[in-house]
Amino acid sequence: MARPGRRRDKLRWSKLYTFSCVRPAVLLDTENPPSLQGPGSPASYPSNYISTTKYNIITFLPKALFEQFRRVANIYFLLAAILSLTPVAPFSAVSMIAPLCFVVGLSMAKEALEDWRRFVQDMKVNSRKVSIHKGGGKFAYKPWQTIRVGDIVKVEKDQFFPADLLLMSSSYDDGICYVETMNLDGETNLKVKRCLEATLPLDDNTAFQDFSAIIRCEDPNPNLYSFVGNFEYDQQVFALDPSQILLRDSKLRNTSYVFGVAIFTGHDSKVMQNATSSPSKRSRIEKKMDQIIYILFTLLVLISLISSIGFAVKTKYGMPEWWYLQPLRTTNLFDPSQPALSGIFHLVTALILYGYLLPISLYVSIELVKVLQAMFINQDIQMYDEETGKPAQARTSNLNEELGQVDTILSDKTGTLTCNQMDFLKCSIAGVSYGIGSSEVEIAAAKQMASEISGAHERVSSSQNPWENNAFRTSEIELESGITCKIDKVRKSAVKGFIFEDNRLMEGNWSKEASADVILLFFRILALCHTAIPEANEETGSFNYESESPDEGAFLVAAREFGFEFCKRTQSSVFVRERHSSSHPIEREFKVLNILEFNSKRKRMSVIVRDESDQILLLCKGADSIIFDKLSKNGRIYEEETCKHLCEYGEAGLRTLALAYRKLEESEYSAWNTEFLKVKTTIGPERDALLENMADLMERDLILVGATAVEDKLQKGVAQCIDKLAQAGLKIWVLTGDKMETAINIGFACSLLRQGMKQICISTTTADQNISLQITNASQMIKLEKDPHAAFALIIDGKTLSYALEEDMRYAFLNLAVDCASVICCRVSPKQKAMVTRLVKEGTGKTTLAIGDGANDVGMIQEADIGVGISGVEGMQAVMASDFSIAQFRFLERLLVVHGHWCYKRIAQMICYFFYKNIAFGLTLFYFEAYTGFSGQSVYDDWYMLLFNVILTSLPVISLGVFEQDVSSEVCLQFPALYQQGPKNLFFDWYRILGWMANGIYSSLAIFFLSINIFYNQAFRAGGQTADMIALTMSHFTWIQHLFVWGSVATWYLFLLGYGITSPLYSRNAYKILIEALAPAPSTGSVNPLDHHVIQEIKYYGKDVEDRHMWTRERSKARQETKIGFSARVDAKIRQLKGKLQKKYSSMGVLQSA
Amino acid sequence: MWFPVSLNLKKPVNSKFTQQELPACKPILSPGWVITTFAFIGLIFIPVGLASLFASQRVVEIVDRYDVACVPEHLQDDKLAYIQNSTVDKTCTRKLKVPRLMRSPIFIYYELENFYQNHRRYVKSRSDKQLRSREGESDTESCSPEAKTSNGSVIVPCGLIAWSMFNDTYGFSINSKVLDVNKKDIAWNSDKYHKFGSDVYPKNFQSGPFIGGGKLNSSIPLSEQEDLIVWMRTAALPTFRKLYGKIEVDLEPNEEIMVTIHNNYNTYSFGGKKRLVLSTTSWIGGKNDFLGMAYLTFGGLSLLIAATFILIHLIRPRSLGDPSYLSWNKNPAGYSN
Repeated sequence: MARPGRRRDKLRWSKLYTFSCVRPAVLLDTENPPSLQGPGSPASYPSNYISTTKYNIITFLPKALFEQFRRVANIYFLLAAILSLTPVAPFSAVSMIAPLCFVVGLSMAKEALEDWRRFVQDMKVNSRKVSIHKGGGKFAYKPWQTIRVGDIVKVEKDQFFPADLLLMSSSYDDGICYVETMNLDGETNLKVKRCLEATLPLDDNTAFQDFSAIIRCEDPNPNLYSFVGNFEYDQQVFALDPSQILLRDSKLRNTSYVFGVAIFTGHDSKVMQNATSSPSKRSRIEKKMDQIIYILFTLLVLISLISSIGFAVKTKYGMPEWWYLQPLRTTNLFDPSQPALSGIFHLVTALILYGYLLPISLYVSIELVKVLQAMFINQDIQMYDEETGKPAQARTSNLNEELGQVDTILSDKTGTLTCNQMDFLKCSIAGVSYGIGSSEVEIAAAKQMASEISGAHERVSSSQNPWENNAFRTSEIELESGITCKIDKVRKSAVKGFIFEDNRLMEGNWSKEASADVILLFFRILALCHTAIPEANEETGSFNYESESPDEGAFLVAAREFGFEFCKRTQSSVFVRERHSSSHPIEREFKVLNILEFNSKRKRMSVIVRDESDQILLLCKGADSIIFDKLSKNGRIYEEETCKHLCEYGEAGLRTLALAYRKLEESEYSAWNTEFLKVKTTIGPERDALLENMADLMERDLILVGATAVEDKLQKGVAQCIDKLAQAGLKIWVLTGDKMETAINIGFACSLLRQGMKQICISTTTADQNISLQITNASQMIKLEKDPHAAFALIIDGKTLSYALEEDMRYAFLNLAVDCASVICCRVSPKQKAMVTRLVKEGTGKTTLAIGDGANDVGMIQEADIGVGISGVEGMQAVMASDFSIAQFRFLERLLVVHGHWCYKRIAQMICYFFYKNIAFGLTLFYFEAYTGFSGQSVYDDWYMLLFNVILTSLPVISLGVFEQDVSSEVCLQFPALYQQGPKNLFFDWYRILGWMANGIYSSLAIFFLSINIFYNQAFRAGGQTADMIALTMSHFTWIQHLFVWGSVATWYLFLLGYGITSPLYSRNAYKILIEALAPAPSTGSVNPLDHHVIQEIKYYGKDVEDRHMWTRERSKARQETKIGFSARVDAKIRQLKGKLQKKYSSMGVLQSA
Repeated sequence: MWFPVSLNLKKPVNSKFTQQELPACKPILSPGWVITTFAFIGLIFIPVGLASLFASQRVVEIVDRYDVACVPEHLQDDKLAYIQNSTVDKTCTRKLKVPRLMRSPIFIYYELENFYQNHRRYVKSRSDKQLRSREGESDTESCSPEAKTSNGSVIVPCGLIAWSMFNDTYGFSINSKVLDVNKKDIAWNSDKYHKFGSDVYPKNFQSGPFIGGGKLNSSIPLSEQEDLIVWMRTAALPTFRKLYGKIEVDLEPNEEIMVTIHNNYNTYSFGGKKRLVLSTTSWIGGKNDFLGMAYLTFGGLSLLIAATFILIHLIRPRSLGDPSYLSWNKNPAGYSN
């Protein structure tokens, strides 16, 4: 391991860490070992081979068949096919069995293909290489799947752990390592793991030559945060706990390598134990489609009954006279002496005969169409992310149309809305705010205002998409608040993590500022108060930092840019290269005495350092609320100013931290430290509390230095996307594991919150009663609100949420949440995310969409009607659990507003059309029965019927389902309100479905009786032969094909020619009439055109080109009334300005009149 | 599927097809367009309808129901006994008057009413295999109950359809001069050449205890038994006509045709009717006023609809693409500002 970072591996972090590491190894009492199973033989453990496929070669056929016949319609067709082998059947057996085989075969082929893909993916994982001990102290790279329990594995930096491992040793001397568990729980903070003292010496390949030990541990289970086991080595038994366990699919970070022993492999590993098969989701339309199928079933049974009663009557009274049927030599099927029995047999026949009412190819056609639709989604270049090279992906194709009906979006924050990349933007030092750069929110707001002001004083242009408008990019605009903000054309981002701009601090100019000493201190806090490790970057000669959180990294980069370059960390010291003004840099050493590290409960972190002048300092950074509580009396000089700045930063959507310090006397420190060390070595459950108390003792009487503002960069286009989605009438909830402040900041940044919105914060004060009271009060408040523009935002934290989600309160909570324009839930656990999603889904009964990127979002993604995974970042778990994956949040707009809208309409119309055509077709069979004495004779030829359903009439409908566009994608995006046609379900409500059905009945009547009359008794061909049954058939339905796809007509005639019966000359006459019979199209001259009709018309007449003004005005109005999003924010601002203006005028008027 | 696998995804292809931007026409049902279409259809259909009505009117058709008239007076009460009595002479003579000039070819049809040739039991009772070739002779499974004779030998052609073949015959004469009836080419060629084999000869036909309809000359192959072929093409409706033959001379107006009918076929047991039809054809086929009427009706309707739309358009025009019809404009509360 001759790596440059080797030296830092000598660090003994455990000495410094307070909370996470130091925990003396517990020597177990060997007499009384916990009852744990000993190791079994290696053969009894599963291999590390994992398989996520649904089927294997043997099980495929039975399982897949079973899946297919779970569909009611398919069972019906199966029964029909079986019965077709008996004389009851009206058709030949093959014409019943062939389409069923075709349809089921096609679906199964699709299943097989999907499963094959999964298999290939599994294989990729299984064959990843990892270094495994192969005996004699030698390691070799082998595929993951070869790992067996007990194998020693060496994992290198940034590799995933191939199985659940017991950490033996790491490249650090004290055997710690950093693990990123983002794939497991979505937390981006690195976790520290530490090996047992006993295995520390095993830090070299050769050390494992004769290594042997026994591990006894619990059975495989899905609990990620617990582990019970012990480790027998050198005749000693050590207890194991979760901090020694490296879980599969987490990643080794900031550590060169670790050695570990595989303890759970393959499906035994915790992550696999956690894997729940994602629930199969069905779209609303499909569920409704089932209901329609039931309706058709009822219709089927009804007409079958009518027909068999008719048959029984005819058989009883008519049949004995029909000598040509030889009524005396008949079977049960046509026995005039037993009409009832014959009637029952006939019922079966009729059920099969009229089966054409049910579209057998519907399911398979829908599946086919959806796959093609999904292909179009995958192929959409406008949802392709150039940076990561990832296109959008429809992972399941059965929810395409559901995309067009979404009502509520539940979004994760980190990684979804934000990039989780922090940029140091502003700071406030000694009560002075530095940093003239603007946050994205400010820039956007300024641009918007600029376009407002210039766009005449009318509202008209307010809808202009501010981001499209280049005219004001570089203009200087005075914002209402009085802040002058310069909008740069391109924000400088030469240094990653640092977009700060202010000459007062840069280039060493800070030393000329009034409070230079405070500034110096501020920079030192930035450079010292962290747990990062520098890594020399040979290209630039500077350092990169490996930090636990991106905030910290941003601080260090900022410190570096300010001239305080953190360059080295040793066991006890931090070295900082300080460059005051332009002088030569001086390397200063700061002895780190203690680190009181960050955790979410403390919300702060401190280091205690001794500088070169032996002064002991406690440097602290933390959430402003916490720090302000701990200030000393004379430490509050800048409090007021800083507070104001913090407010401004927060409003600008920035993440803020306050910095403070405390000077310590030698004696005070040593007294504290002895006590602290004592506490550190105690064992027992009270240790954590004691440690915290000790930390509290130290972290008090602080002196405020300033505050930092870091921009958690929103992902590209998030604000615009949210704006558009809000205009499309979608509600957006943010569910984040982050703390409330951050969540609120982001809420501001992406315009879910704005100044002037009434924030309803619901938080716990332990009592259950209180929360329900808070909810009722808030609901009351909303009800009493008179101002139509008043907007409410609900902010609730995880702890409160756990009460609010309880049975008795959840609906009150939901009602409140639905009334609010924005809902932000912070500090929620993955499980709560899923619960909230379920609450919204079940409580409102509307379609929910969950979007997230991390493993912590998996629950919510699986629970929601549609789960969308962000595939931009590393973790793929969310993507794996999702139904759709996109690379960036902003693609959601196109996915929903364009593809969702299209798919919804396509599928809805396609299904309606299927039912229409089958009703039209099936009923003609019924009418014909009346002419055959209800004998069950079909009017059409078997093969024609077979092909009718499966091929002839499917193709046009499928092409409708794949290609139909009511309006182009641009129009969809310009008129987000068109999206509401989906959630309102305008195209698949019962009214419309029944309309289609009625149309089907009407068509069947028209077709049948016109045909009958036209062909009744007339000389049919030039030769004078009369028409027979098949001639009748032939003319039927050609018009359907004519109406839709000419290609299908060609097929039809080819088919007929192939069938070789007659010339198609006459069908022309028939179809023209029939088209005409149906011509009075439903929408012509209707008084209530739907929106898309009007827009189509506008487009058609080129009005949009002629009348720009009207077009933009309508575009602006086409927004759903929304209270969130950028546009709403601008509207609110404009209202405010107008209000002010009015007041001014009126007061002037008063003056004048006086 | 729980793996941080990066899927190997390709960049989408930027083509008009994959981006769903293929050029398309989006017909809009604008009033002008709709009115024009309707008017156009009306204007086309009415002449077409008139033409077909005219053509249909030009077709000369003589229909003569003879099933009752051909039963002798004294047997009218029990027609069934009459028809079942094989000893009675069934010959009967009818006089038909030619109303207008009938140009050859004149088609002779027989028409049966209330005869369920489309009954499932009936339609199924045949064996196409047997009809097609000699090898399929024993394929009589579907022919029940007329599959085999009582001693087990196969019947060719088997089945109820063949068994119940129509067997009335007609002879025509004008002024005692016999009119030749051409009975060739009355069946469909496809049937003659592909469905009925030239090596299949009738066998054991009508030899059972029940005699159905006509008998067949067992020395003539099926492919030349055109009456049988015509009969075997089952009719779709219970009232149907079948081609009997052709007269290939013109018939002058007011000529009187003597028809000699051998009234053998039993329609009396189920109250069916029998008719003899002589008809000429025109370009639309036989006599069929319905087609012309349908064209006229729909043409007229189209014109009417066109006129209505014009009226609506004049009285209460809805300007197309009028933004005020947009849902957000219709609802005053929708967007207020």
